Amino acid sequence: MTTATVTPHAEVAAPSKDRSKLVGGISQAVVGAFGLWAFALGERTSSGADTIFGFSLTHGQSQVSVPAQATALTLSAIALACGLVRIFAPVGKTVLRWLSVLYIVCMVLAFLVWAAAGSSIGLNVPSILEQTAVATVPLVLGAMSALVSERSGIVNIAVEGQFLSGAFTAALTASMTGSVWVGLIAGMLAGAAMSSLLALFANRYMIEQVVLGVVINVLASGLTGFFYDRLMALNGAEYNTPPIFNALRIPGLASIPVIGPLFDQNIVFYAAFLSVPVLWFMIYRTRWGLRTRSIGEHPLAADTVGIKVLGLRYKNMFYAGLLSGLGGVWLTIGNTGQFGKDMSTGRGYIAIAALIVGNWSPVGAFAAAVMFGFALELQTALSPLSTPIPGAFLQMAPYLVTIFVVAVLGKKVRPPAAENKPFKKG
Amino acid sequence: MSTQTPQTEQPHTPVPEPSRFSRIVRDLFTAESTPLVTFLAIVLALLVGAILIIISDPAAMRELGYFFSRPSDFLNSAWHDVSHGYQDLFKGSIFDPATLRGTPSQFFGPITNTLEDATPLIFGGLAVTIAFRGGMFNIGGQGMTIAGAILTTYVAFQWTGIPGALQLVVAVLAGILGGVLLGGFVGWLKAKRGAHEVVVTIMLNYVMLFFLTNYLLTTTAFHDPTKAGQSISKPASPNAILPHLFGPSLNTDIGLVLALIATVVVGWFFNRSKLGFEIRAVGLNPAAARTNGISVGRAQIWAMVISGGLMGLIGVTQVLGLNNPNNNSLSPNIDAGLGFNAITVALLGRTKPWGVVWASLLYGAFQAGASVMQANDGISTDIISVIEALIVIFVSAPQLIKEIFRLPSREAAVPGAAS
Repeated sequence: MTTATVTPHAEVAAPSKDRSKLVGGISQAVVGAFGLWAFALGERTSSGADTIFGFSLTHGQSQVSVPAQATALTLSAIALACGLVRIFAPVGKTVLRWLSVLYIVCMVLAFLVWAAAGSSIGLNVPSILEQTAVATVPLVLGAMSALVSERSGIVNIAVEGQFLSGAFTAALTASMTGSVWVGLIAGMLAGAAMSSLLALFANRYMIEQVVLGVVINVLASGLTGFFYDRLMALNGAEYNTPPIFNALRIPGLASIPVIGPLFDQNIVFYAAFLSVPVLWFMIYRTRWGLRTRSIGEHPLAADTVGIKVLGLRYKNMFYAGLLSGLGGVWLTIGNTGQFGKDMSTGRGYIAIAALIVGNWSPVGAFAAAVMFGFALELQTALSPLSTPIPGAFLQMAPYLVTIFVVAVLGKKVRPPAAENKPFKKG
Repeated sequence: MSTQTPQTEQPHTPVPEPSRFSRIVRDLFTAESTPLVTFLAIVLALLVGAILIIISDPAAMRELGYFFSRPSDFLNSAWHDVSHGYQDLFKGSIFDPATLRGTPSQFFGPITNTLEDATPLIFGGLAVTIAFRGGMFNIGGQGMTIAGAILTTYVAFQWTGIPGALQLVVAVLAGILGGVLLGGFVGWLKAKRGAHEVVVTIMLNYVMLFFLTNYLLTTTAFHDPTKAGQSISKPASPNAILPHLFGPSLNTDIGLVLALIATVVVGWFFNRSKLGFEIRAVGLNPAAARTNGISVGRAQIWAMVISGGLMGLIGVTQVLGLNNPNNNSLSPNIDAGLGFNAITVALLGRTKPWGVVWASLLYGAFQAGASVMQANDGISTDIISVIEALIVIFVSAPQLIKEIFRLPSREAAVPGAAS
C-alpha cells in the first residue's frame, strides 16, 4: 500500500494572501447581508415581535425580552461590517482572528433571535449552554485523542471505531458487574486496544493510515454490531442495562446562575473539559510533549538525538485510545446508558474535523469542538420554537457547518509534517 | 515490503537454473505471491470469524467453564455453531447440495444472488479505485449513492411519459448525474479550497442521509401516499426497472452487464486515456505532475466526478435492481452500507479494475450467504463486515501473513532471485 498518500495541503501552492482575504471578506459580507434580509427584515421578526431570553433553568424566571427586529438588525449589521472590514481595512492577523470570532457570534445570535422571535417559551440560555457542553464532551475527547496521535505522526481516523468499542465494552461490562468504574476502565481499555491495533498496523506493517483507520472503523462497527445482535438484543436485561455515572455537584460553583448547571455533571464530563488544559500543558511544556511534537514533525531528527520514535508512537497511540475510549464510555454509561448499533453517528469524524479546524492545537480543537457541539444541539434547542426550517435541515447543520469551515479554512491549516508517514529506522 | 538484504558477493559456483514450472510452483508459496497471501488472508479472517461465533454463543461459553472436566461438550457445540454457520454461508452464496435434484432456478439461485450482490460492489469498488489512484479517498459512497438513488427514483416514477426502455436509460443517466454532482462538489472543494476530501465526504454522507430520511421522504413529491407512516417513495414504473439477465426465475439483472462494461471502460481509461494518465500521475506525485504541466486541480475534480458517477450507479442498481426489497422504491437504508464496503472491495482488489471484480464476487458471495446464515443460525450479518475488514487488513499487511504462516520470502525460495 505504497501508492497514493495524500498530503492535504503540502502539494498545493499557497494562494496569494490578499485574494483569500478578499474572498473570505466577500463571502462573510454576503452571508451577513443575507442575515440582514432573512433574520431582520423577514416576516418572523417584522411584526414587532419580541425575543425572550431566559437565564434560569426553571421556566418563567429571570427573563429578558428584547425587540427581535432591532436586535437582529444590529447583529447582522455588525456581521456585515466585519466582512467589509476584512475586505478593505489593512488589519493584522490577530485582529482578523477576533473579527472572525465576532462575526460567528453575531451571525449565530442573529439566527437565534430570529428563530425564537414571537415565541412565548423563548430561549433558555442555561439549558442551551448545558446541552452544548454535553454534546461537546465526546467531540472534545475524540479531538484530544486524535491530537495526541496526529501530533506523534499517526493519522487517527479510527476515533469513530474507538468510540464504538469503548461504548460497547463499557455498557457490557458495567451491566454484567453493576459497577460504572469497571465499565469506565474496560471501555477506556477497549478504545486503547483499537488504537493499538491501528498503531501496530501503521508502524509495523506500514499500511496507509487513512485507509487503515476507515477499515478499522468498519471492523469496530461490525464487531460491536455483531455482539450487540448476539448478546444485547437477545438478553438486554443482563447485557445492556448498565448503571450510569452519578452527577458530582461541585459546591459553590454549581449555584452560580446561568453557568451553574455546568458544575453539576458526572466525572467523565469534568475529565473531558480538564483534558484540554492538561494536554495543552503536556504538549507544550513537558519533555514528553516536546518529544511527541518532534516525532510528528521530523522523526528522523528525533531518532538521531536518541528518541525512540516507534516506541513513543506506540505509547502515544495507547494514550490516544484511552481518551477516545473515554469518549465511548461517555456515550453509554456517562450519558444515556444503553448501547445502540452505530450509536456514535459520525461524531468520531466530527471530532477529527474539529482537530483540523483547530489547526492541530488543543485550544483551537476545543473551540471547534464547542462550535460543532452547539450545532449538534441546535435542533433540540429550536424544536419547541416551530421555526419554518424543517427539522432535517437542523439535523444536517453540524455536518454542513463542518464542510463549510473546512472549505473556508482549507489551505490555511497545516498538519504535523510527518503525519501519515510510517517511520522506518534506517 | 522486502527488507534490504546486504548485497553479498554471489559465489561463482553455477546454480542450476530451475525449470519454469518448478519456479512457478515455488513462487506461488512465497510471501510475495499475491494469490497465496489473499487466500491465507481469507482463511485467517474466517478463522477469526469462527472464534467470534463461538465466544458470542452463551451456551458454548458456559460449557467452556467446565472445559477440563468435559471438553467434548464445548467442542461439540463450538463445532456445531461454526460448521453450520459457514455451511449456510456457502449454501446461500454458491450452491446448495440439496438442490441437485431441484429445478434449475433453485440450483442456480444462490450463485445468481451472489452476482446480484456483487453488482453494486463492482461500481463502488471502481469508484473508490479511481479516487484512490488520483490520490484521494472517496469515503462518501453513502452520500453519493443516495444522491444517485434520489434522481434515478424521481425519473423512474415521475417521467412516465418517456416511451419504453428509454425511460430506464434516462433513469440510469439521472442516477449517474446525482453521484457526479456530489462527487464534483467534493473534487471542487478539494482542488480549489484545499478541503480534505475525507472529512467532506463523510459529512456529506450524513447530510444526504438526513436529507433523504427526514425531509425528502416526507414530501408529497416523493412520499408514497399509499404507504402512510412509512418513509418510502413511490415505486418506479415498470418500464424503468432493470430487466432480468438470465430469465425471470433467476435473481440477476442487467446491472451486472453495466458493471462489467464499467470495468472495461475504467481499465481502458487508466491504461489508454490522457485523463486517466493524468489522474494516475497526480496520485503518484502531485508535485511532479504539476511540474510536467498537468493541472492537479483539474485531475482531482475529474477523478471525483467519475468516482461520484460510479457511486451514483450503486443508487441505480439499489433502486431499480432486483435486490430492492420495497417494490423498486426509495427507502432510507437504500445505501445498505455499500458505500463503505466499496472501500474494502477496492483495497482487496488492489485498486485494479479486474481485481475489483474478483473482490466484489467474493464479498457478494459473503453478503448473499450472510442472510441465509442469519436466518438459519441466528448469526448476525455484521460478522461479514468484520470478516471483510480483517481480510483487507491482512491483505494490506503481507508481512503479517508471512510471519504467521512462516512463508519463505522469494529470495530464500528461489536462489538468485534477490540479485
